[in-house]
Formats: sequence, structure tokens, C-alpha cells
Amino acid sequence: MIAFVVIAVIVLAAASVAMCLRNLVHSVLLLVGCWAGIAAFYLWAGAEFVAFAQLLVYVGAVSMLSLFAVLLTRRSFHDLDIAPESVTRATWALLTAGAVAGVLVGTILGSPLGKVADSAPPVSVRQLGEELAGPQVAGLLVVGVILTVALLGGVVIAAQDKEGKQ
Amino acid sequence: MITAEQLWLIPLLPLLAAGLGALTPRRGLAVASGAAIAGLVGSFIVSCLALRTALAHPAEHAAYNFTWFALGDGAVRLGWLLDPLTAFMCVMVTFVGSLIFIFSLGYMKEDPNAARFFCFLSLFAAAMLGILISNSLLSLFVSWELVGLASYLLIGFWFHKPEAAAAAKKAFITTRIGDLGFLLGLVWLYDATGTLLLFDNGAGALEAPALGGMAAQVAMFGLPVTTGIGLLLFCGAVGKSGQFPLHVWLPDAMEGPTPVSALIHAATMVAAGVFLIARIYPLMAADLVMEAAPIHALTVVAFIGAITALMGAVIAVAQNDIKRILAFSTVSQLGYMMLAIGVGSWTAAIFHLLTHAFFKALLFLGAGSVIHAAHHEQDIRRLGGLKGHMKATFGTFAIGMMALAGVPFVFSGFWSKEAILHAAHEWDVSHLPLYAGLCAVVLTAFYMTRLMAETFFGKARTEEASHAHENSAVMTVPLVLLAICSILLGFLGTPAHPWLQSQLLGAEVEAHGIFEGAGLMILSIVLVGGGIGLGWFIYGRNLRAMATDKDPLERASPGLIAFLGKRLMFDELYAATAGRLNTFGAAFSDFMDRQVWGGLVNFTGRFGLFSGWFSRDTDEGGLNGGFDAGSAGLRGSGKFYSRRQSGDAHGYLRTVALGFVVLVIAVMLGGGW
Amino acid sequence: MNPLQLCLVLSALLFSVGLGAALSRSHAILVLLGVELMLNAANLNFIAFWRYGPPTAPADGILFVIFSIAVAAAEAAVGLALVIAIYRHQKNIRLQEASKLKG
Repeated sequence: MIAFVVIAVIVLAAASVAMCLRNLVHSVLLLVGCWAGIAAFYLWAGAEFVAFAQLLVYVGAVSMLSLFAVLLTRRSFHDLDIAPESVTRATWALLTAGAVAGVLVGTILGSPLGKVADSAPPVSVRQLGEELAGPQVAGLLVVGVILTVALLGGVVIAAQDKEGKQ
Repeated sequence: MITAEQLWLIPLLPLLAAGLGALTPRRGLAVASGAAIAGLVGSFIVSCLALRTALAHPAEHAAYNFTWFALGDGAVRLGWLLDPLTAFMCVMVTFVGSLIFIFSLGYMKEDPNAARFFCFLSLFAAAMLGILISNSLLSLFVSWELVGLASYLLIGFWFHKPEAAAAAKKAFITTRIGDLGFLLGLVWLYDATGTLLLFDNGAGALEAPALGGMAAQVAMFGLPVTTGIGLLLFCGAVGKSGQFPLHVWLPDAMEGPTPVSALIHAATMVAAGVFLIARIYPLMAADLVMEAAPIHALTVVAFIGAITALMGAVIAVAQNDIKRILAFSTVSQLGYMMLAIGVGSWTAAIFHLLTHAFFKALLFLGAGSVIHAAHHEQDIRRLGGLKGHMKATFGTFAIGMMALAGVPFVFSGFWSKEAILHAAHEWDVSHLPLYAGLCAVVLTAFYMTRLMAETFFGKARTEEASHAHENSAVMTVPLVLLAICSILLGFLGTPAHPWLQSQLLGAEVEAHGIFEGAGLMILSIVLVGGGIGLGWFIYGRNLRAMATDKDPLERASPGLIAFLGKRLMFDELYAATAGRLNTFGAAFSDFMDRQVWGGLVNFTGRFGLFSGWFSRDTDEGGLNGGFDAGSAGLRGSGKFYSRRQSGDAHGYLRTVALGFVVLVIAVMLGGGW
Repeated sequence: MNPLQLCLVLSALLFSVGLGAALSRSHAILVLLGVELMLNAANLNFIAFWRYGPPTAPADGILFVIFSIAVAAAEAAVGLALVIAIYRHQKNIRLQEASKLKG
């Protein structure tokens, strides 16, 4: 339980600070910490496979992608800081997010969730593989297609025309 | 032998063609059009086989149901349904569709994007056939929305024209308003019966146990549940079938290429609404057993239909665009069909739907032939004298015109219209729909005569018209086939031999002599004759000499004709009422927003499309920045709506989040936990 | 408070942090990252219910998360490509200025 509390504090703190910083590179780096914390949570909960997927996809890939996007969309070397936000919108955002958090936490605490299981259901990677290649194969194929299309789409959207029109 | 289980073949073939069309490059017109035509002809053959199966046991609703996915204890089930209604509709759609596809070969051959056009046409046909074979209201709804999407793509096919883009948007949004009702009706029906299957061996929503249970429950104000559900589902049909008050999109939809008008706005898409109501007729009629109910769902249907029939005919008198006249006559004829269902004779409605599909497709394709020959001149005042140049078009168009006007005994429109008037005569609630129908008979004959006289007789009044010449066989052969059908189809359901009605009902309908109810028939023949005579007297006798001459009726009463010409000012009315309401709602939201409520009001407002987001800085941008050409074309209410679309992603997201909070709080307070 | 509720509360708070960021920041990349955080919070829920919830097929929760991560990766790739395209077009990526498509 102590491990869970530590993980939760790290995840939430990293996420909140990352979302408030003005330097985008720092934000992304803190988010890497947050994602790693989430992976740690998965490990703690007994879902090792998901934890490694989280590490690979988020800590490895999405963070790099975000860093590249940050670096590609600045005009000069010193342009990493972004302008402060409008106070009105920030206030509204805080109020809205606070209301959503309140409603969610309220309902979670108010729900009778019954007895919890004592241990994680045992799942081996082999079982996962058999599920993915057997009953879930349609889903797997669809995900494959989505990733391919997203890749092509990303290239097409971000590609520059030869004449430099866009 | 095609049974219900193999029915999915019918929409699949056009769907494959659409997929192939989407993959072919721009120059691959031959591949795309060949696939489209082959796909639809293939599904026509399958439909014919299915019709044979269905006619073997006309009283049976053969359903094939399967589980789509399971959720906990419940399962979402879909199914196909094969009965004579489905089979007749499938044959009609695939046959008329094939002819229209072939006609499009000629009509669109100069268009550089014709391959895309055939892809959209196939998608449209597939979606329409999906509606027809669905045994589950869920898959019906999905196909229904696909039809909406395909019509959006097709109406806006020439999207570089601002009017076409705006018309596509208008059609989509207007039908969405009706679809919202449809969706709510679906949810309610699922809540009340626990199934969305229509027929399921006694457990379906249209079968006696479920209907009896629902009709006995009172929802509110003494209305049975079925009335509420029926009217909500009817909302969807009102939107799709261009019924009053959501008819405004249909005439604008004529901005699409003419084969699209023929396919979507005459033969199929608008028929979907009528088909839906005919399909769920047991549900619509279930509340008739409750004598005490303040209003019955079918009564509403009948009156909406009567209003639409009369209104469409009145407006058509004062239109000058050849396609718009036909569009309003479609509105009017759809009103007839709804009227027939409302007065309890859904077989007459389907009979009229089938005959109308043929002769209206014929008229639209004929108009397309005229437009194509006259270099896209659509104003009948600027045509004229085409009789000599375009003999085949003239002959077939005249057959279509007489079928639409209801010229007695030979033409199909006469028999189906007569069936509807007869049913309206026997309705014991009110005779007002009958009178509206009879008025529309005169007007229909009158405006169609005007259209014929102005377009085909006299001298050519412009360069374009004088250089018109007959089109190639690929365009005239479909016309001839449709003309033959427009005549022959009527004999399937004459009062002396009501074969079609018997097959649809699955029970023998008593044959009457041809002259049973002769009084009404004579009256309507006199009215048709009067309408044609009047039209010829005013327009045919002294044909206009110049394109700029004033219309004789316009000279007699300019104010009235101008009012009709603006289509009874419906667009303006909507701008003034819904639009004003919208502005008011938005200003109100602004006030509440800056005080306490925040997005709460906005959410409820956005939910009905009748209110919108309004924040200070976007107001500046929205009001001062002006609108782009697309929204400028979307007159009236469209302008008001678009102003609320601030383009502020934060605002949208915030509205969603606050809406979520409000919903949760409402559910908690309501104790629905 | 049982461990399931603790996990759900963590996920709810993480979701709200992401939502707050998506609502308050005008930099499109940060908005996207906020959306990613919300997605992560949803995944936390799956794992929490898989671990503590009533017994189901043993692999269901994990499979859901795997698919969800895959889709999230696709979303991030397309989203960031869009950011770059927008940047190239209007030389900044303030979200409130990317409103050309409004009606």
C-alpha cells in the first residue's frame, strides 16, 4: 500500500507540475516521469505486460514524438518558453476540472463496490498471445490497420510540398 | 433460391462497387462506373430472386437474426427481414437505380470527377438497400445515417459551387433534426420492449406481445407509450421524406447533379421515410385500440401528410426552375403517401411509392436530358420549343407528366392516387385530408401542364434552347424503359385486381369493380381534366414569346406569386423564429455564463441545436469577421447556427465537461443510481 | 476505503489534471499531452477493475489496455503531425487561433 501511495503522489505531482510549467521541454520530461510512474502502477497491480507496453509506447515513443514536435515548432533557440495563459480561461479550466474531479471522486466514494479480489487474475504472456491470435484477432488486425493509416496520415499531413506552398 | 439468410448479398454488391470506386484513380471512370452498374444489376437479380421467395409465402415475415455482440447478460442482435414489402422495395430501388446509373454514364461523361460520383452513387444504393432489408431498427438507423451521408456527398458533389455546398449542409442538418427524434424513439422503444428487432418469433417489437404491453402503458397526458415512440420515429421520417415542417432541404438539394435528384430525391432516399412508417405500421397503429387517447399517432401522420401534399403543390405553381418544380411535386407526392399511411392504408402508400418512384425518376431524368441538351439551362422561361428537337425526351416526359398528373385509366399514377383518395374518403376521423388531396390533384395537373407547355411547346426563347438536340441512346433508353414501367405498373393494383395490395398484406384484398366508388373517381378525373385544361388555357394557348415576359398568373396577382415563388417564406420564417430564438438563447447563455451557471445553459442549448456557445472574444470574431462563402449561402437559420460555432476548441471541450458534471448531478438528484 | 476505490480516485484525479491542462493551455502540444493524460487515466481504470473487480475472463482488462495504448499511439502520431502542419501554416500553434474551419 505504501508503494501505491508513493506511485500515486509521483504520478499526480509530475502531471500537475508538467501541465503548469512554461518551458515545454521541461513539461515533456516531467510527463515522462509521470508515464513511468503509471508503468510502475501497472507493475504494482500485477499487469507486467501492460507495464512494458506503457514504457515502450509512452516513455519511449510518444515522449520522443512530443519532444520533436516541440523542437520543430519553435522559431528560435530561445523560443521554448510560451506566453502566459489568459487568467479567465485558466480560472474556468480550474473550476471545470475541479468540478469534474469532485463529481468523479464523489461518485467513486459513494458507490458500493463490493468485496475486492485478493490477488490479480493470473495471466501469462502466452495466454495473451493466444487471445490476441485467436478470439481477438479481428481487433488486432483493425489496430494494425489503424496504426498503418495513422503512420501514412501523419506523413501526409506533416509532409512539405515541393514548392513550399504549405 | 434467396432466403432471408442471404439477404445481405443485396446491399453488399453495391458496397463492394463503392469500395472499388473509392480505390480507382480519377481517370478510372470505366472501372468505377462498370463496377457500380454491375453491382447494382447484380443486386437487382438477387432482389428478383428474393421477391420470388417472398411471394411464395406473402403472409410470412421471414427473419434471420443473429447476435452482433454480447454485453453482460444482454446481447445486441441484428437481422435481415424478407417479406413482400422488403422485396418489392428492393426490386424497385435496384431497377430504377440501375437505369439512373446508366443514364449517369451519359450525363456525367464530361465531369472530371465522374469516378468519384459513381463511388458515391454505389454507396448510396448500398445504404438504401441496407435500410430495406434490416430487421433491426438499429441497423436500419445506421443505414439511415449512411444514406444521409451519401446524400450529403452527392448533393455537394459540385462543392466548388457555394450553393451546392450550402445545400448539402442544409440537407444534412435538417434531416439530422428529424433523426434526433428517431434516435430518441429508438432508445425509448428499447427501454419499453428490450429489443430493437422487428420480428423475432413473437418476441420482436412489432409483434403482438410487445405491442400489447406498450399500448396499455400510459406515458403522459393520457398518451400511450406507442404514440410517443411512434411520433418520435415519425420525426425521422419527416426529416428524410421532406414532410412539413422539415421540407426546406429538399428543393435546395436540386443543386446536385440531376441523376442524383432522380435517385435520391425522387425514387429512394425520400421514400425511406415512407418505407419506415409503413414498416413500423403495427407500432403506429397500436394506439388505435385506446379509444380514449387524446390523439393517435396516425392522425398526426395523416394531417402532416395532407398539409405537405397541399403545400408542395401550391408552391410548385410559382417555381421557374424545372428541377425545383419537380422537387416540390415530390414533396407533394410524399405528402400523399404519408396521408395514405395516416388514414390507415399503408398498402396504398407503398403502391403510390412504387409508381411514383418510376414516373418521378422518369421526369427527373427527362429534366436531366433537357438540361444536358440545353447546356445547363434550367429556367423553363428560357427554354421552349424542345418538342421538335428532342422527340424521345418529349414523348417519355409527357408520359411521366400524365402519370404524375393522374390521367385516368392508362397511367400508373392514376391508380395509385385513386387508391389513396379512396382510403382518405373512408377515413372516419376527418375528411380534411381528402379535401387537401383533391385540391392537390388540380394543382398537380395544372403545374405539370405549365411545365410541359413552357419547356417543350412554342419557340425556343434562348440560344441554348434553340441549339438543343437529342441525347445519345445511353440517356434515352433508360427513359423509354421507365416510361413503359410508368404505364404498366399501375395495373398491378387496380381496384378490380388488387394483386399488389394482397401480396403486401399477405391476405387476399377484396376486389372491387373498377367503378366502385365511381363518384370519387369521376370527381378526381374531372379535377385532373380541369387542372390540365386550366394549365393549357393559361399557358399553352398563348405561349410566352420572350424569356423575360411576365407569367400570366404573375400579372394577375403579383404579390401572391412572389410569395409562392419564395416558397411561402419558410426559409425566412425559420430565420426569423428559430434563428431569433437562437440569438435570444445565446444572449441569455452569455448572461448566465458570466454569472453563475457557466456552461450548464450552454449545454442544454447546444443539445437542441437551438442555442449555442457565445463568448465575448469569439463574438467579436464571429460578428465582425464575417462568414465564408459556404455559410453565406446557407440562408436564414443556417447563418445563425454557424455564428455559434465559435471555432474555439477550449469552449467546446469545456461545454462537454460541464455537461458531464451536470448530467451526473442530475442523475444523482433524480435518484437513478 | 478499499484499494479499488483508491485506484479509481487516482485515475479520476489524473483525468482532471489532464482535463485542466487541455482546457487552460493554449499551446496545442500541451493540449494534446493533456488528452494523453486523460487516456492514461482511462487505462488505469481498466487495470484497476481487472485487478480488483469481480472476476471475468482473465485477460480481458489487459487486452483492452493494450488496444487502447495502440490507438493512443496512433492518435498521438496524427495529432502531433497536425500540430506541425498547423504550425507551418500559421507560424504559431495557439489553439484558439486555429479556428479557420468554424462556420
